[in-house]
Amino acid sequence: MSSSGAAGHAQVPGEPNHTRRFATIWIVATLIALPLVIFVLGPHMPPGNGSEQASGKVTDNTVLAAMATPVMLLVVIYLIYSTIAFRQPKGGALEGPAVRGDARVQTAWIVITSALVLSLAVYGTVRLESDYGAGSGNGPSPLVVPSGPKLPVQVIAQQWQFTYRYPTYGGIETTHLYLPVDRMIELHVTSIDVIHSFWAYQLGVKADANPDVDNIAFVKPTKLETFDVRCAELCGIWHGYMRDKGHVVTQAAFETWIHEQQSRLAPARKVLPPYRRTYLPEPIRRGG
Amino acid sequence: MTSTAAPVPPGATSRPLWRRLAGFNLLSAVILGVAGYYIGWLIGHHIGGPSYKYEASADENDVALLLGYAGGVVGFLVGLGFANYPISRMLGRPASLREKEGEGVGRYFGLCTDHKVVGIQYLVGIGLFLFIGGLNAMLIRVELLKPSATFVGPNQYLSLVGMHGTMMIGMMTSGVLGPFANYFVPIMIGARRMAFPRVEALTFWLLMAAGFILVTTIFFGGFPTGWTGYAPLNDQAVRGMDSYICFFALVGVSMTLLGLNMVVTIVTMRAPGLTWSRLPIFVWSVLATGVTMVLAAPMLIATLLMAALDRTINTSFFVVGGGGSSYLFQNLFWFFGHPEVYILALPGFGIVLELLPVFTRKPLWGYRLAVAGMFGVSLMSFFVWQHHLFVSGINADLRPFFMLSTEIISIPTGFIFLCVMGTLWKARTTFTVPMLFCLAWTFNFLIGGLTGVFLSDTPSDTDTHGSFFVLAHFHYTIVGGLVFAFFGAIYYWAPKMIGLRFNERLSKLHFWLMFVSFNSTFLPLFALGMLGMPRRVSSYAPSLQTLNDWASVSAFVLGFSMLIFLYNAVRSLIFVRAPAESNPWRSKSLEWQVPTPVPVHNFDQIPVVDSDPYDYGVPLLSGGAQPATAGA
Repeated sequence: MSSSGAAGHAQVPGEPNHTRRFATIWIVATLIALPLVIFVLGPHMPPGNGSEQASGKVTDNTVLAAMATPVMLLVVIYLIYSTIAFRQPKGGALEGPAVRGDARVQTAWIVITSALVLSLAVYGTVRLESDYGAGSGNGPSPLVVPSGPKLPVQVIAQQWQFTYRYPTYGGIETTHLYLPVDRMIELHVTSIDVIHSFWAYQLGVKADANPDVDNIAFVKPTKLETFDVRCAELCGIWHGYMRDKGHVVTQAAFETWIHEQQSRLAPARKVLPPYRRTYLPEPIRRGG
Repeated sequence: MTSTAAPVPPGATSRPLWRRLAGFNLLSAVILGVAGYYIGWLIGHHIGGPSYKYEASADENDVALLLGYAGGVVGFLVGLGFANYPISRMLGRPASLREKEGEGVGRYFGLCTDHKVVGIQYLVGIGLFLFIGGLNAMLIRVELLKPSATFVGPNQYLSLVGMHGTMMIGMMTSGVLGPFANYFVPIMIGARRMAFPRVEALTFWLLMAAGFILVTTIFFGGFPTGWTGYAPLNDQAVRGMDSYICFFALVGVSMTLLGLNMVVTIVTMRAPGLTWSRLPIFVWSVLATGVTMVLAAPMLIATLLMAALDRTINTSFFVVGGGGSSYLFQNLFWFFGHPEVYILALPGFGIVLELLPVFTRKPLWGYRLAVAGMFGVSLMSFFVWQHHLFVSGINADLRPFFMLSTEIISIPTGFIFLCVMGTLWKARTTFTVPMLFCLAWTFNFLIGGLTGVFLSDTPSDTDTHGSFFVLAHFHYTIVGGLVFAFFGAIYYWAPKMIGLRFNERLSKLHFWLMFVSFNSTFLPLFALGMLGMPRRVSSYAPSLQTLNDWASVSAFVLGFSMLIFLYNAVRSLIFVRAPAESNPWRSKSLEWQVPTPVPVHNFDQIPVVDSDPYDYGVPLLSGGAQPATAGA
């Protein structure tokens, strides 16, 4: 896909066929680089294999990197090749060929880039919807909902910490996040002051916490591990310190932990507001 | 074409100093600006004072500060003489149509209607604020040398981040259109002036007033929101937030007027024979940018007005409990904000494509495709804003659409790359400093573009959104794209603008140091983002310290390369003063055919244009490569 096109007709005797040379270098480089990107770099792509959603995105990132590699190599090798091959001799004042375009090359370029872009968009859409939002915040009424039982967990963000409510366990509110492994979790992310963003790095989850919005994200942890929780949206001076550790534990360990919390937090539960999907920030003093 | 050097008015040097300082210039502007500030502040204090007593101390009076800023700006503009013309006309007196044209050095310190003076004013004025923005970046990187906050407190850190981002975005919006388009568009299209010379001067002085206002935020506690200024965080911030609001609103006004002036000039003032298909590609890029500015910037002004009303008189545009929505600010802001990043990128496209034919000695390859690319980008930039909100939960079902529209933008951007590559093929390239910057642009913008694909893909964006990956991506497009093109333009056009040559070896040293350290700074930041480091934090995981230190040290080298540029500029322009040739690059473009220094009214006789400015190269002898195929 070089742009010499018709200029190839004007071959100066003794001058190498630049189009063929460049194409050869590019194809060889791509054949070397692609397997490296897919098989060596690919498995190390973030965010790792902490959940079904995270693993899916390791695949996505590998696919995107594999698609970007030939394009990257095309332009970079082209730049290097043309700076070496088409130099003005020192002190020279030679003029290049007066070629103003090439309809075939331009048409081919438009068709190929459009095809690449459309396939990327289709791929992204399929991956997004088939993976229940791929760990991202889906808003209050997600388009695709996983079938079967789900464990709802509410994430409440405020300046500057996250707290968690478990509505199916009496609506207790804890400062620790424990999730059972291999179960679909339905995260309800909301805020009671400014905009925050709940980012569980190893689980591949990121969902903005907006006041008065119930932002739902689905995730199915697959690995017993401790994961990092950080706020990913600037929320004031202690934004950089708004972080936490979450834990993925076995189903049995989770049951033990949650019952212990239920009994320990029972007195506090009495003064908590009832579980709701959103909580209005207090106090509001407006309009006068 | 006869050269008419700027005539010095008789007696200008013989007048006493006080007489020369009196009048409408920067001095009177500063005096009236300060006076205006205090008048506005006093009024605000009487309006807002009593109602604030029960809630906050009087020095948290946002009304007083905003009115102070407004009064200051009005006083500043009146002091510069912007009111003279309308007042004279209203009183029925004859008004001077031209201000300070052809006068001495004093014309650079006031309202001047000569588009070349405004261009130089922009270059110096914007350069000054870019320097402040750059210093902020250095301080940010110093703080990030250690994983926990050591150097500045969290509040100062966020103010640094906010000032760096806001200053850079706000100033660089006019970074090319201000200096280079103001200076060269009229010459390139064969006109004697811009369509609205007074408005042209106004855009510059508004921008300077705005920049100063943003700097004053440090006296009012800074602002914690970064350049995006999200509500409701901006609603609870201290008075420094008002500086941000005022700054960005003024930048918005300046942008709208600048874009409008450019569009009208290009559409109505072209020389005879300069048909649309002969317009220099740089002028096309300015036109596309101008259109985008006029359509996008008013949205910013309106958004900030709502934010200011929320902060001062307790309206509830963005406050949940009062019927507003925190989504509204994000929606409105990015409806301006995404066209804005293409406003930053488009002039870079134009500069690179304008310079390449000169140094490759070939016509621009695919002229029509390049124009289509620029307008395609400009049009599509209005349909992608919600990709900034992929994880926010807003309109979640529309994400596939915004994914598609975002990825579609890479098609017209690809046109630009094809035109660059086509022009380079079988060229006779001379590696001058401007050419090196163009090649660097191509490499940097490629990386910026390809990493953008990861961000446009919603599943992948879930990890990279709000992380250092995004930060590295847009620094590649804005610094790697626009700022590299900006420096290329300085080296390319300085011989005509200033009439002096830069030192070649120092210029090359500047380029190589800047190119290597720029990549060395921002490539690791992609990895940091992928490894889970959010933006705008002063504390991070200790395991990420090595990469951060690498980036910091590289950033200091990048800062040092700017000092080399400054040294080079001061040395070449003040001490050595080697005169430049009238057309050192053997360019065929119209701006190089006028004498240096450019006469006050550019052309004695308006030129008649009979071809585009890319008439380089030798026609090929054998068939198959005829120019007739241009522009599929």
